[in-house]
Order: sequence, then structure tokens, then C-alpha cells
Amino acid sequence: MSRKGRLLTIEIVSVALSIILFWVPLYFVILTALKNPQEAARMNLDWPTEIRLWQNIKEVFVFRDYMLVRAFWNSTLLTVLSIVVLTVVSSMAAFVMQRRQDKASPWISFFVLAGLIIPPAVVPTIWVLNGLGLFKTMTGLVLVEVALGFPFCVMLYRGFMGTIPKDIDEAAVVDGYGGYRLFFQIIFPLLKPVTSTIIVTQAVVIFNDFVNPLYFLPGSKNVTLQLTLYNFTSQFISKWNLLFTDILLITIPPLILFIFFNKRIVAGMVAGSVKG
Amino acid sequence: MSKLHRKIYSYSFLVPAAIVYIIIFIVPTFLSFFFSLTRWTLSDWEYIGLDNFITFFKEPYLSIGFRNTFIYAVVTCGLKVVLGLLLGVLLTGALRIKNYLRSVVFFPTLVSTIAVGITFSVMMHPTTGLINETLSFFGIKGPDWLGNPSIALLSVAMVDVWKGVGFATVIYIAGIMSIPEQNYEALQIDGGGSWHKFWHIILPLSRPATNSVIILAFIGGLRSFDLIWAMTKGGPGFSTDVIASIIYKQYQAGFYGLSTAGNVILFLFVSLLAFPLSRFLTRKEVDL
Repeated sequence: MSRKGRLLTIEIVSVALSIILFWVPLYFVILTALKNPQEAARMNLDWPTEIRLWQNIKEVFVFRDYMLVRAFWNSTLLTVLSIVVLTVVSSMAAFVMQRRQDKASPWISFFVLAGLIIPPAVVPTIWVLNGLGLFKTMTGLVLVEVALGFPFCVMLYRGFMGTIPKDIDEAAVVDGYGGYRLFFQIIFPLLKPVTSTIIVTQAVVIFNDFVNPLYFLPGSKNVTLQLTLYNFTSQFISKWNLLFTDILLITIPPLILFIFFNKRIVAGMVAGSVKG
Repeated sequence: MSKLHRKIYSYSFLVPAAIVYIIIFIVPTFLSFFFSLTRWTLSDWEYIGLDNFITFFKEPYLSIGFRNTFIYAVVTCGLKVVLGLLLGVLLTGALRIKNYLRSVVFFPTLVSTIAVGITFSVMMHPTTGLINETLSFFGIKGPDWLGNPSIALLSVAMVDVWKGVGFATVIYIAGIMSIPEQNYEALQIDGGGSWHKFWHIILPLSRPATNSVIILAFIGGLRSFDLIWAMTKGGPGFSTDVIASIIYKQYQAGFYGLSTAGNVILFLFVSLLAFPLSRFLTRKEVDL
């Protein structure tokens, strides 16, 4: 076969595979979200006799006293707060970790990088949060997300900080800048590319997080989106249309991020993994 | 300069991060070693030595977690390496639709794991599920993907690969793109084919990418919980229970000491497998 013919064959095969493995599941989710309960229960790809997407969305929203609205609010709050704290504390830590080398540095690096590998100890963390009065609170969960996201963010920041010349620091010192003014007025603005990478990757991670809210923020008052979805599987028995409407709604925020920041997300993941 | 140095790069910058990280992560990690040796009710504890660990090894519904965790990590990691490399080569090649394919391969990594788990468990329904309906159209009787204890774990692992292979692919794409151009030029002069190019240039020179993928996928596999929980909750029976799901089950049942012992075991499991693995891989890298 000619080179061109072979290329075309590979292209046709890969498009066919992408349809079967990717578009069919997605189509299935969307289609089921359009259906009425009886048709959705058949779990097939038949086109619905009536399109009920709007009615399904309304039903999912009002279910259990607007639980989904609360969940959207909680998940957004969790994501935004965690990211604000994460970017500030990790960039500050990375600044000193990258610039200052002394006897303590290898130890600091070791403890921070260990956080990338070690699974968090669940019940002792609950015990500590409980002792601080932060168990089952949004503040507590934000702190958990910060503690667990910190090693990854520090790694990214530290890698990027290495490309900012130290001459800048020295010039600032000559101009009478102190450490904090130097960092917040000069260095932090220069970190913008990596900050935006961290914002989008961590937004996806925290927004989609299921395990930590499950352990540290139980209770229907504080429920997050991933928890509603998980709980709906038992509450929406025989109402697959509503379950899949929920899935569709939950997939929209990451989809928006993907459309606008695809390149940033990929860049962040590559940078994080190669250095780790 | 060094005194100034210390003043400018003051350790006070570390304080906010250190407070959170130490209290929420480091302290509980150390505490877990102690509490794993106790019968624990959160308000009170009683020292019982290694009893929790003995229970873990003796009770079949707990010790099955070791086997399952290991199988799950090896299968998902192996498939992600192989498929990630293949896709990486394909998507850095001459295909005209590679941007489209990259998006399709990568998008599932951003979707909620719970959403993916629910969708696939519906599609894997033994009689009315999409997969078996399609198979029966071709006259094949599909298995009960999630209900048959001998294949349920592998079914979940396949979904894990579907969701995670985009990440491996992205790392491989970056690795392959960073291979210096002159290597291919040398090949053109020597006149090797595309198989030769793959075997003698891409494979050895994308070694750092392979190491990253192996380590990340393997550690991720050892720790995985949410997909398994969304799809099978460890069932049928205990056939898909991994250490992480056992930790959750014991926590729910109120056996906090036993749950924490599971955490310590997972910690040891990950350290004993992941650290030597990364040592081994990076040593080989130097040899090349």
C-alpha cells in the first residue's frame, strides 16, 4: 500500500474508534438526559418520542429542596477558596525554597515531595480537624484541599521560579525593597503564566474531587456536586433520565474550561509530571 | 550578602503553607502509625499492639485488598504505558486529524470520575446495557461485566484506562516532541523505516516520559478509590475491594483503628513499591 493510502487507512480507523469509544458514550449521556423515565430505563440509543431536557433540568434542580443549587454553590465556593489560598501560600513557599539553599533545604524538599506520593491518613485527619472544630465545615475542607494540592503547586512554581533571574532580586534590594515587597510587587506578577496553569488544573481537580468531601464534609447541608451525583444513584432508581441530566450539568464546567484553556491544562500536567 | 540573603528569603514565607501542610497532612500521617495500634473511638483509644494488622492479613475480606490493589495498579499502569505510547506516536505523526484526536483522547481526564463511573456501569448492564446489546446484535453473548466476580475488577480497570490514558498520551507527546531533530536526520541517511524509527529512536529517547507515566500511573493505581466506589462499591462480594475502599468501609463501620491500619498498610505498600521502582527506573535512565 502506498504511504498516502496507509495514512488514510489509519485516519479512518482512528476516527471510527473515536466515535465508538468517545462519542457514543457522550451521545448516550445526552440522549438519556432528553428522555422520559420509561424510555430512559431502556438504556438504549433510540431517539426519544418527546424531548424533555428542560423539564428534566427543572426536576433535578427542585429535587430535595434545591439540593443541586446548594451543591453548585458549595462546589464553586470550595474550588475558588482553595485555589486562592493555594496559589498564595505555594508561590510564597516556592519562592524561598527555590532561592535559598542551606542545611534545611533538602529536608524541606523531602517533606513536600513526599506529599505527592503518600496517601493521606484519613481518620487521623478527621481527628485533628475535629479537635480544631473544623470537621464538617467548609473551612476544614478548604484546608484539606490546600494541604493536598500544595506539593504539586510548589513543584510547578519552583520550576518556573528558576527561570526568573536573581539579578532582579538584587536590583530590588539595592532599591531598598524588602523580601515581602520584592515578592508581592515584582516576583508574583512574573509568575502569571504558571499561576494560570495552576488555577485551571487545580480547578478541575478540586471541582471533580469526590473522596475529600465524602470524608471531611458529610451531611446533606454541605453537599458538593460530586456527592449529589453519587447520592442520586440510590435516590433516582428508575429515574435514569434525571441521573443523566445531573451528569450532563456537572460535565459542563470542565467542558468550558477545556474549550478555553486546553493548552494550559496540558502544559500544567506535563510540567508537573516530568519534574515529579 | 548572606545575612541579607537570609533576610530577603526569610523562612517566614514558608509559615502559612507550613501551618496548613503540617497540621492537616504531616501530623495525621505520623499519628496514623500510633492509632493503627489501637482500638479507637475518636474520643478514646486502647492500645492493642499489632492486632489490627493481624486482622488485616488473616481476614479474607480484608486481605483480598492486597491482591486486588496490586492487580488493578499493574493492569491500569501497563495499559496506560502501552496505549499512551502508541497514541503519542500516532498523534505526533503525519495525521491530518491529530488535533481532533488529541482533544478526544484528552477530554475524559477532565470529566468527573463519578460521572464516568455511573455512565459506564449503566452501559455495562448485563442485559439492557449498551455494550451487551451491541454484542448480541453480532450474535455474541456478552459477560456480566460488573456482576461476575472474576472479571469485575478488570472491567473497572478498563474504564480507568479509558479515563486516564489521555494523561499518559499527553506526557508521551511532550516527550516525543522534545527528541532532537538530528536523530531523525541520522536515520534518513542510514535509511531506516518507520518501524526502525520507533524501535531505535522514539522508544529509547522517550524513556523519561515512560518513567513518568509508569510512576504516576502506578501510584495512582495503588491509591485509586472513587472509580471503583462509583462502579461496584467493592462488590460483588469483596471481589473488587482495594485497600482504599476497605479503609472507607472500615471507617463507615466505625472501626477507626482498623481503618487507620489500612492507611498505614497503603502507605507502606506505596512506599515499598513506588520508591524502589522510581530508583530502578532512574538508574536505568542514567545507564542509557
